Amino acid sequence: MKLTDAERAMLDGREGPAKQKAMDLLMRYSDALGAERLVETNNVAGAFNASTPSVRALVAKGYDAVYSELNLDSADVVPIPKMAVNTCQLITGIDNEKWRTQGIPEELADQQKKAEGYFGARGINMFATCTPYQVGNVPVKGEHCAWMESSAVVYCNSVLGARTNTEGKESTGAAALTGRIPYWGYHITENRRGTHLVEVDVEVDDIMDWGLLGYWLGEVVQEDIPVLTGKVRQPSLIKLKHFGAAAASSGGVEMYHIPGVTPEANSIEEAFGGRNREGTLRFGAAERKLAYDTLNCSTDRNVDFVMLGCPHNAIEQVWLIASLLDGRKISPSTQLWVHTPRALREVAERNGYVKMISDAGGVVMSDTCPAISRYAPKGTRVIATDSAKQAHYLPAILGLPVWFGTVRDCVEAAVSGRWSGGLQ
Amino acid sequence: MSVAEVRSNTKIVLHGRKVVGGCAEGEALVTRDTISGWGGINEREGTVIERRHELRGVSFKDKVLVFPGAKGSSGWSAYFHMTRLNGVAPKAMIFNKMTTKVALGAVVTHAPAMTELDQDPLVVIETGDWVKVDADNGIVEVTKKAAK
Repeated sequence: MKLTDAERAMLDGREGPAKQKAMDLLMRYSDALGAERLVETNNVAGAFNASTPSVRALVAKGYDAVYSELNLDSADVVPIPKMAVNTCQLITGIDNEKWRTQGIPEELADQQKKAEGYFGARGINMFATCTPYQVGNVPVKGEHCAWMESSAVVYCNSVLGARTNTEGKESTGAAALTGRIPYWGYHITENRRGTHLVEVDVEVDDIMDWGLLGYWLGEVVQEDIPVLTGKVRQPSLIKLKHFGAAAASSGGVEMYHIPGVTPEANSIEEAFGGRNREGTLRFGAAERKLAYDTLNCSTDRNVDFVMLGCPHNAIEQVWLIASLLDGRKISPSTQLWVHTPRALREVAERNGYVKMISDAGGVVMSDTCPAISRYAPKGTRVIATDSAKQAHYLPAILGLPVWFGTVRDCVEAAVSGRWSGGLQ
Repeated sequence: MSVAEVRSNTKIVLHGRKVVGGCAEGEALVTRDTISGWGGINEREGTVIERRHELRGVSFKDKVLVFPGAKGSSGWSAYFHMTRLNGVAPKAMIFNKMTTKVALGAVVTHAPAMTELDQDPLVVIETGDWVKVDADNGIVEVTKKAAK
């Protein structure tokens, strides 16, 4: 490992015990990866929270102990100074206002607020969303970042052309205090080039189809780098947000190229950049149906919980849901939760979208989602969602069957209490 | 060496690269499916919970976990970290595909971990074999369950 003088000073403890512990973890992590040096970062997105029952014992020791153990992998409790570089909080387990609706015990809701006081005072920006790029943290091309959240990582690399590996709670904790992260993987230009060409033979345009393409693709390529060609229409933030999240759930996709759309490839040749093509894949009607059938694991058409907004909804998506619900009421046997970042909820509130949704019987939530919180409405037996990522994770996390479809399918299910979606 | 030849030996020695140092031994739990941390394991029980995973419901506590690599959420390390704090972590890890998720996860699990073995561990090692992972010296010793 080659260290700069500044890095050596931190490792030797000359910058205080917290930075020493942070450097110690970065050294162990670099060693595990086989990284030869660190790279400077001024953009960290991590998970700085202590709001689950399993960390109660740590919380009792104070938040320095929480940060030391969970964000630095240090059993020694060290005092945590202000963050050295720009750092933000990703999604949390608790909506600070709607925690009662979630079914969260008051003690845990209080615990999260206290933790946010501690972390906030150290400069961690409480975006509390899985989509920091929707609320002000939009890295520029080439910027070295240290981000968690698989759906944000794939967006950061592919759509923005910034550079991050999928970091974890401990490495982002260390990066925030040192401004360093291992120079490995997606920080290095050659590692960002395509590995597989994906010929899309059916038109992919609406949001659900971007999710199906992503879900199928992730399972096939795992952590490789697909290059899309064929019948993909010009996507938007919303579509690529869903696509990347799906591909990073069924597999570990951290980077993809869509020549002419994403910033590091104007052509297929440029996307591969001389790297040997490991294979060519085809996404056609059969693959589309396979992804759809895999995601739909429910057999019971009675739906009692509808979840919309994973990754967190853009304001246009909240507007679409509000419009579809305008003047209608959801079924008394069904609950509807709509998730959007708190900063966008403010806009939705101002626009009257929150009222339109709540007048229909739905709830607009922020800060969390059912997969992260592990809370669905009490008594839920069958879930419907427009998110391939939630459809992938909720059966494992909550042990409940899921229907997956379009936002319209989901809103209709909320209104009627019955699933009537299907693949067109 | 073919699988049949491997099976006929009592002890097989593999060489690889240390990911996390230390030495530990235990019964192997082998899967050909990649593992998710967050959303893929229960960190209080040390079990795999992912739907459609071949180890669904199976505990990796105190096992030598042999797997292709990590997938899914960035909560991989945090969840394996919690298995350690909850006393249900694997005893050692052997995997094929290096990623930041699995590297950091192995580091914070504090269990010996190795990768880049000279033979595919998913072929050579079977669930139930007794496996010693001497990561400091880059050696894995496999005692087939039939020979144990």
